[in-house]
Amino acid sequence: MAHAETPQTTRRDFLYIATGAVGAVGVAGMVWPFVAQLQPDASVLALSTTEVDLAPIAEGQIVTAQWRGKPIFIFNRAPKDVEAARAVPLKDLIDPQSDQDRVKAGHDNWLVVIGICTHLGCVPIGHQGNYDGWFCPCHGSQYDSSGRVRVGPAPLNLPVPPYTFTSDTKITIG
Amino acid sequence: MKKTILFGAAALALLLASPVKAAEGGHDDLPHRESWSFAGPFGTYDTAQLQRGFKVFREVCAACHSANYLYFRNLAQPGGPRFSEAQAKAVATDYQITDGPNDQGEMFQRPGRLSDHWPAPFPNDQAARVANGGALPPDLSVIAKARASHVGFPGFITDAFTQYQEGGVDYIHALLTGYVDAPEGFKLQSGLNYNKYFPGHQIAMPKPISDGQVEYTDGTPATVDQYSRDVSAYLMWMAEPHLDARKRIGFQVFVFLIVLAGLLYFTKKKIWKNVAH
Amino acid sequence: MEGHSTYQPKSKVARWFESRLPLVGLVHSSAIAYPVPKNLNYFWTFGAILTLMLVVQILSGVVLAMHYTAYAPVSFARVEHIMRDVDFGWLIRYIHANGASMFFIAVYIHMFRGMYYGSYKAPREVLWILGVIIYLLMMATAFMGYVLPWGQMSYWGATVITNLFSAIPIVGETIVQWLWGGYSVGDPTLNRFFSLHYLLPFMIAGVVILHIWALHHVGQNNPDGIDVKSVAKDTVPFTPYATIKDVFAMVVFLLFFSWFIFYAPNYMGHPDNYIPANPLSTPAHIVPEWYFLPFYAILRSIPDKLGGVICMFGAIAVLAFLPWLDTSRVRSAKYRPLFRQFFWIFSIVAVGLGYLGSQPAEGGYVIASRIFTAYYFVHFLVILPLLGFIEKPKPLPASIADAVLAKNGGAGGATVVAGASAPQTKG
Repeated sequence: MAHAETPQTTRRDFLYIATGAVGAVGVAGMVWPFVAQLQPDASVLALSTTEVDLAPIAEGQIVTAQWRGKPIFIFNRAPKDVEAARAVPLKDLIDPQSDQDRVKAGHDNWLVVIGICTHLGCVPIGHQGNYDGWFCPCHGSQYDSSGRVRVGPAPLNLPVPPYTFTSDTKITIG
Repeated sequence: MKKTILFGAAALALLLASPVKAAEGGHDDLPHRESWSFAGPFGTYDTAQLQRGFKVFREVCAACHSANYLYFRNLAQPGGPRFSEAQAKAVATDYQITDGPNDQGEMFQRPGRLSDHWPAPFPNDQAARVANGGALPPDLSVIAKARASHVGFPGFITDAFTQYQEGGVDYIHALLTGYVDAPEGFKLQSGLNYNKYFPGHQIAMPKPISDGQVEYTDGTPATVDQYSRDVSAYLMWMAEPHLDARKRIGFQVFVFLIVLAGLLYFTKKKIWKNVAH
Repeated sequence: MEGHSTYQPKSKVARWFESRLPLVGLVHSSAIAYPVPKNLNYFWTFGAILTLMLVVQILSGVVLAMHYTAYAPVSFARVEHIMRDVDFGWLIRYIHANGASMFFIAVYIHMFRGMYYGSYKAPREVLWILGVIIYLLMMATAFMGYVLPWGQMSYWGATVITNLFSAIPIVGETIVQWLWGGYSVGDPTLNRFFSLHYLLPFMIAGVVILHIWALHHVGQNNPDGIDVKSVAKDTVPFTPYATIKDVFAMVVFLLFFSWFIFYAPNYMGHPDNYIPANPLSTPAHIVPEWYFLPFYAILRSIPDKLGGVICMFGAIAVLAFLPWLDTSRVRSAKYRPLFRQFFWIFSIVAVGLGYLGSQPAEGGYVIASRIFTAYYFVHFLVILPLLGFIEKPKPLPASIADAVLAKNGGAGGATVVAGASAPQTKG
């Protein structure tokens, strides 16, 4: 703002800089609430868990539940599906991950995954494709009976949401 | 001439104001201004008081009144009664919430969760009226902001400086402690009750609470006056759950703006120093 | 906005851009080089404060609209959702609700400043009329915004104000139904008010641009009400002189604003608006927001329905004719001893009408309202035209530079008798 180099102008410079700096802090402080209001609000956060009763799901059946507005696939796998998923060598996978890591020990038949294609967010269709899993109609990605991607363009496996078994037939997602 | 008119106008206004006010307000006692922990620029809610107030609300008020904007999760949030999350969950599971439809297409009952709102005592307004002699108990979520004690001129000007925002709680406290015998000659309609502070004095709600009705475990006196104080504070929190944060941020904003205004003032003086104006 | 600019693009890119769109030059000429009379006092900062308030209202309003729903059964609950669940929702809503009041406080000071210093006189008539249009748009916007929380005062305020139009002979009832989109105020009314409440502020912004354009074309008035004779002697460049003064005044105004946001957020509002709208029961005592009270008092003072409506709108419309109703050649009240007295009487009457508007329409209040209403119109239609002929103004200073010298006690202001009671001349 000021350019001359006399001692007086140094004091003036300091005043200008201090005022400008405090003003800038104020603007930043004012912007924050306007940014923060876009975050998920308290009522949305409160809905972040979903309970699902597994009892009515028959062997071989895939049920879609909803958690945080997203589809959750719950697949009661037949023993042959589990075997097929565990027989695949990890090196053949696009996103290598063992089936054991994707289910809860002792509940190996239950596969719980977020039903959103990792390519661009479409919902894959169950029991379709060449791997007894899912087929995404948008761009042709295919997933196996462990929800792992087997044919691109999707880069990653269907993610497993955080969930716990509250009893043998009940899970809480989230 | 200016002065004459000025005084004339002022005198006229004063003269006109007084008789009308008397006719309007009658000899009503105005609610007394109580002292509240949350009043003033540094006010905050008294957690223990809110917890007691919640007990009164839950055991007495909630029998007839809804509070639709209260969620169980609110009981554990900062700036409120500060129950632990486990306590709030325990409160929630005491209530049965209608949910559904399930896979069979039927509504079902389940224990409450933190994300549920406070269940209303009646399924709808009509049911509430029928159960309460034709009068609808108002929802209490924001009642502390929906009521006020009437302030005339010049009180409303001083209130802007003293930050008086507690007209609602003062009124509620007064109302709950204002059940007295009707004065002689007062014609009370059947089914209504006399209250000193209710506009018109005839209120459908019978005296809701008496000494010792709600058990206090922390040694606070179990009197109507204390119940009223606690439940009023609790209702204020329900109406204004972010009051603590508001006043805290307000103070920070004030300090900041005063510093900035000071700096700007001196900058302005510097800039204008060599200009006659 | 045009003219005044000494902007010369330095870099090649800037020259290339400037020859295609002279945007930087426009900003430079209207916000940097624009000459400002050096004798302006702090009442001249309210233009900047009003601009700030318009920006604050639009920004906070756009954010609130992200969380709000205009649907009668849920609107009240949605506002409570903003107050309770949205991060800083309470802050943004209190900014917006109190911001409306602050906007009107600032605009009233701005208007009364214009009236005191004769800022509406030639060549600023169009500037003044644009201001009256902004004021009208502000009132419409504020009224519709107040309906959106769908509380008792929202509902009954909307009912009463829209019913004003039923006073129109023959077609009145039809017009009111058309405004409502139904047989009473209801969901269709709420929806259209929300739509218009979102639209009007941008129309205000448009008229504000015209208002500033007109201002910068004719130049600012000043406390002495005399024209700029020499840009070099009488004025200073807008930046840094007016800029820093405006920013300082804005921050002081924000302090005042914050007092209400953080410590008395419901002081300006009415408790009844925290009761959800109920079409079956009118609140015992219904009043509009404080900034409408003078006009509400005028409306109620007339015992005839159509007459009241005409008087109320007339009270606003008369402002637009002010440049021609005031017949005096002298602008500033500083040099008009008689006008100055009538100005203060008028101010008291205007505030008095506001007080009367807040009181019940009965007894002495009605009589007082009638006297004050009559005086309101007499001021504009009788006193102002006559004063120009009766009054003998004080001698004007030769130039703004002379006026400043005289005020600071220097020599050279020989022709001047400085007005002793200008309201505020520091700064």
